[in-house]
This record gives sequence, structure tokens and C-alpha cells, in this order.
Amino acid sequence: MAAEAQAAPVGSAMARKMVGRIGFYVFITVAGAFFAVPMLWLVLAPFDTQPTLAAEVPQFSLDNFARVFENPFALTSLRNSLFLSVQTMVLMVGAAALCSYALSRVRIPGRDALLYVLLLFSSIVTGTAAMVPIFQLVDRLGLIDTYMGVVLVVTGGLLPAGIFILKDFMDSMPASYEESARVAGAGPLQTLRDIVLPVVRPGLAVIAVWALVNVWGDFLTPFILLRSDELLPASVRMFNFYTEGGQANLKVLSAYSFLYSIPVVMMYLFVNLRYGFRFYVGIKA
Amino acid sequence: MAEVAVSSLTKVFPNGVRAIDSLDVSVNEGEFFALLGPSGCGKTTLLRMIAGLEEPTDGTISIGGKDVTRTQPGQRDVAMVFQDYALYPHMTVTDNISYPLKIRKMSKDERREGAARVAKGLQLEHLLDRRPAQLSGGQQQRVAVARAIVYKPSVFLFDEPLSNLDARLRLEARTFLKKLQRDLGSTTIYVTHDQSEALALADRIAVMRNGRIRQLAPAEEIYNRPTSVFVAGFIGSVPMNLLDARLDGERLHVGRSVLATPDHARREKTPESDFVLGIRPEHASLSLTETDGAVAGKVSVVELLGNDYLVTIENDTVTVQTTAPTAPEIGTRAWVTFDSGKALLYRRADGGLVGTDEQSFDDGEPDSIPSDAGPEALKTS
Repeated sequence: MAAEAQAAPVGSAMARKMVGRIGFYVFITVAGAFFAVPMLWLVLAPFDTQPTLAAEVPQFSLDNFARVFENPFALTSLRNSLFLSVQTMVLMVGAAALCSYALSRVRIPGRDALLYVLLLFSSIVTGTAAMVPIFQLVDRLGLIDTYMGVVLVVTGGLLPAGIFILKDFMDSMPASYEESARVAGAGPLQTLRDIVLPVVRPGLAVIAVWALVNVWGDFLTPFILLRSDELLPASVRMFNFYTEGGQANLKVLSAYSFLYSIPVVMMYLFVNLRYGFRFYVGIKA
Repeated sequence: MAEVAVSSLTKVFPNGVRAIDSLDVSVNEGEFFALLGPSGCGKTTLLRMIAGLEEPTDGTISIGGKDVTRTQPGQRDVAMVFQDYALYPHMTVTDNISYPLKIRKMSKDERREGAARVAKGLQLEHLLDRRPAQLSGGQQQRVAVARAIVYKPSVFLFDEPLSNLDARLRLEARTFLKKLQRDLGSTTIYVTHDQSEALALADRIAVMRNGRIRQLAPAEEIYNRPTSVFVAGFIGSVPMNLLDARLDGERLHVGRSVLATPDHARREKTPESDFVLGIRPEHASLSLTETDGAVAGKVSVVELLGNDYLVTIENDTVTVQTTAPTAPEIGTRAWVTFDSGKALLYRRADGGLVGTDEQSFDDGEPDSIPSDAGPEALKTS
């Protein structure tokens, strides 16, 4: 009697667990497919003679790439993207290194609050919400249609998160490293260059890669702040690939997208090989 | 080489803690000087102020006769070895050792030569191309020392350099440091909370507590004649016996026993009658036959120290420890006598040694005078 009464709930609990499992895997599969199919398209469509919006086995041809190179600005834009990304990355990593070192080592009242507020608003700064005032600001500064305008705006947006990540790396470095350098006679900048930066190199790599990827994929800021055809980066260039009929030119678009994603994938592989991704160092309790 | 002088030095931290309280001390040229005390006594703060890593609130520091109170650490011509060694993980041993030379803008060859020369003296030659993570604790410690001596500073500062080593290695490193300091003949200030380390290494020891120096004397004197109950309890690997005592004319009562008054207290006329008798176990002797002027009791614990035994004798009022060459049976009756030339008498009221003005409690924090609990209670490290 007692055994039966117990067996029933145990059985139903197992069934519920089973259903839960199945539901979980179905969800994972659908979600996975949702992300995988566009990737598949990105790899297959560029090599198809007649690419459509569906991911399908291509009739192999490199014709699409030939079309891309016919466009006078296609390669220029890729180069522009690289140029913008590297400039922003250098400025942002340099500034983040100095800021995070200072914030990590100098006690200022309200330091953490400052950092959190900056972090909170930084997502708005590069986001859509602040675009009008940013446009006006850049306009007044006379930086519309210049790389400097784009680089400054994007750097400003990325900087707080970069400082935040890097400060954690700096915090985890023992103060005795710098103190021993100081006692031996090193100045603050020399200590930063010889000791601090090499020790936090994984952190620098993390924010550098993150900055590059962010700028490389940024559409809105360059779209609004740049005008000249010869200045546009690849992300904005892609937006202009239409056929004469006003339809998206899938031949050029697919091939260009493919070219556009290669540098990012290569960089990921390189960084992973060289440093290994160790984000967990930056996120400590 | 230079002497280091500190005068009326005070350090108050922003949170109000008075780490160093109007302290005066001078370290002679070429001396091995130990700062000893429980954690939180201010010894490391004092060392860091001498290095220039901490700014004094008040007072002056001079090195080699030059006032360096506001001088940058790098201009003080000192070297410091840190507790965690602070070896740079991204540099090889050569680069670590020669980094101070790089700061001094020496050429690559000079740096390599300097590192090789120092490494040879410290048996590190075969490790020059390794990184710190590939070294054992003892090797890391020697690299840290090498980095300190490579630029020939006039003063060495050591901040508990041996505390991260395991026991056996610590003894080896201790001997090595002592020999090294003899060879270099340089002024050395050494911070430790380990009294045996201080006794073994130092020419003179300053025992600190609550930001003040409680006793400053040559190592032998610190051991043989601690001037307060605090120092008496802190020094000695086997804790000193500190027994409640009452002086009645010439007779010293400890529990129910009547003992000889320690020699140093015989001529002193003191108004008090309550005292603490301090006697090191190694200055007491054990007898298994009835003896006059002894503390009688039963053997309760016997511990092997190696060469001899540490024997604990208890009666209903007093617990005494002594060393003995042979182990008595647990429970046998035993008598403990003291060498009155080596026993010390402290005033119970302020913990100072009879015949000195020293006080144990002047910092407002009373010692619990350890009688039965033993002086371990004072070792808050």
C-alpha cells in the first residue's frame, strides 16, 4: 500500500523529467539551426552561380567574386574598415591602459560608482538613442565625413567597458611588482611599460580583439558620420549593393559578405592560438 | 653601505590606525638589524617607510646621513626583497635579476654580465633562461635576493623573505642569508614575526608592539634578559615559564613553594609584593628526588625536542616546563629548580623587569599575564 503510493509520484516525476529533457533538446536544436542556417548561407551562396536567399548546394563558380572586384570601391572599403578598426583599437587600448592603471592604483572617492555609471551610459553613447546629439556635436566640431569623427565617437563608446575589463586584470596584479620596480628606481611610465602592460597582456589582447570586432561590424556610426564614397567602410558599402531594378544584388552581396568575414575569423584564430581566450580572468567575483 | 636613522617617526593611516608611534631607532653601518613583532605591530609599515613606499605622517628618516624623508624610493639607494618575491612572471631569470640595471640604462652586455656574476654567487647559473614559474620556492627566493644585490645598494630591506618557504628550506635559506650579509657587509634591515629567525640572523633586534619598540638590544640580551613580560613571552621557541610570584622579604613564593629570589632582583628595593617569575625551560632543571627551593609536582606531559625532552610538571596551582636529557615517567613526582642567575623577576602591576623602568602595558593594551595558559597567547601571529 505504502509502496504503491510512493511509486506513482516517483514515476510521474521521471516522466516529467524526460519530457523536460526532450523539450530542452528540441529548443536547443531549433535555436542552433536559427543561428547555423545564415552561416551556412554565408559559406555556400558566394560560390553559387545564381544565389538566392535560401541556403542550398551551390553550382560552383567564382564569378561572384569577379563581380565584386569590378566594383571600384569594394576593396577600398575593406581597406577603410581595416584602417578604421586599427585606429580605433590603438586609441582605445592606449587610453584604456592608462585609465585602468590609474583607476586600479589610485584611490578616488566614488571610483567604482564612476566606473559603473560610465559603463551604463557607454552603451547609449554609441547606440541609436544619442545619435542626434552626437551628430550635432561632430558637426559643430567640423568632423563630419572624417575618420577622426568616427574614431572618437566609437572609442568613447567602447572605452568604459574596456577600462572595466582591463581594471580587473590590473587589480589582480600584486602591488609588490610595481613596488619592487619603484624601489629599484623605475618611474611610473617605465613601470607601466616594463611591468604592468606585459603582465596584463592577456587583458590587452581581449579588449583589442573586442574593439576590432566591434568597429569592423559597426554600421550606424560610419553610416551617419561619413558621406564620401571613397571613405565608406565595408559595413556601409554592403548597404549599397543593389541591382538596376532596386533589388539587393545577392551575387555581389554574398561574395562581399564572405570577404568581409574572413579577417575577423582569421584574427580570432590567431589570437586564440597566440593567447587563448581567457575572459574568465577579467570576470572575477 | 650606510647607517639608517629614524627619528620621531609616526604613521597614521587614513582610517585612523596609528601604525607607528613617534619611533626613534638607528641602525649602524653594516649591521644586521631585525624588526620583530606579532602581526599588526607596525614592523612592515616601518620598513616600507624606510623604502619610501609609504609616506610618514611625521618625523624624519635619514640614510647615510642624508635626509630622505620625502625622497622617491628609487633615489634612496636601497633594495628590498618582498615576501612574495615580486618576480616578474614575463621575464627570464636573467631579465629579472638585471632589471634594476636596465633602469640604470646599462647596455645589454653589461646587464647580462651583472646578472651572470650575481647568479654565480647564488648558484643560479643553470636557471638563467627560465621563467619564475619554472623555479622552486627556494630558487625564486634566491632570484629575488640576486635582483636586490645586483645594483649594490647601501641598504638592504627584507620583508619576511623566508615566510613562504617550507620549514627545512627556511633553515637553509637562513644560513645562506646570514653568510651573504657577512660577505657583503651591507646594512640590512630584516622584518620577521618569527623570533627564531630574528635570533639566528640579527646582530641587534628591535621587538615591536603596537607601533612602538618594546626592547632594542643585541640578540643574546633579548634572549637572556627580556625587559618586559611581553618580550619574555614572545622570544624563545619553547615558551618561557611565567609564574605568578609573591615576594615576602627575601623569600619568593610561587604557589606553595618557596624559591630563591633571582639575582638581579636581590638588591632592588621594590614597594610591590606581586611579581611574575620568568624562567626559560632550558634554565630550569628537573630532579626526581626531593629538593629544597623547588617547585614540586607531577610529570604530566613529555615531548621529545630532539636532543632532549620538554617536560611539563603540574601541581594544583602551578604548571612549569623544563628540559631534561632523559624522559621521566608520566605521573612521577618531580622537583624543578631554577638557576637564580638566569631567572628574571617582573613587576606584576606593569609587566616591567625589576630594576628597569620598562613597562609592558604602556600602550593601553594589557597583557594577559600568562601563567598556565603559557605565553603562546601573546603570539598572535
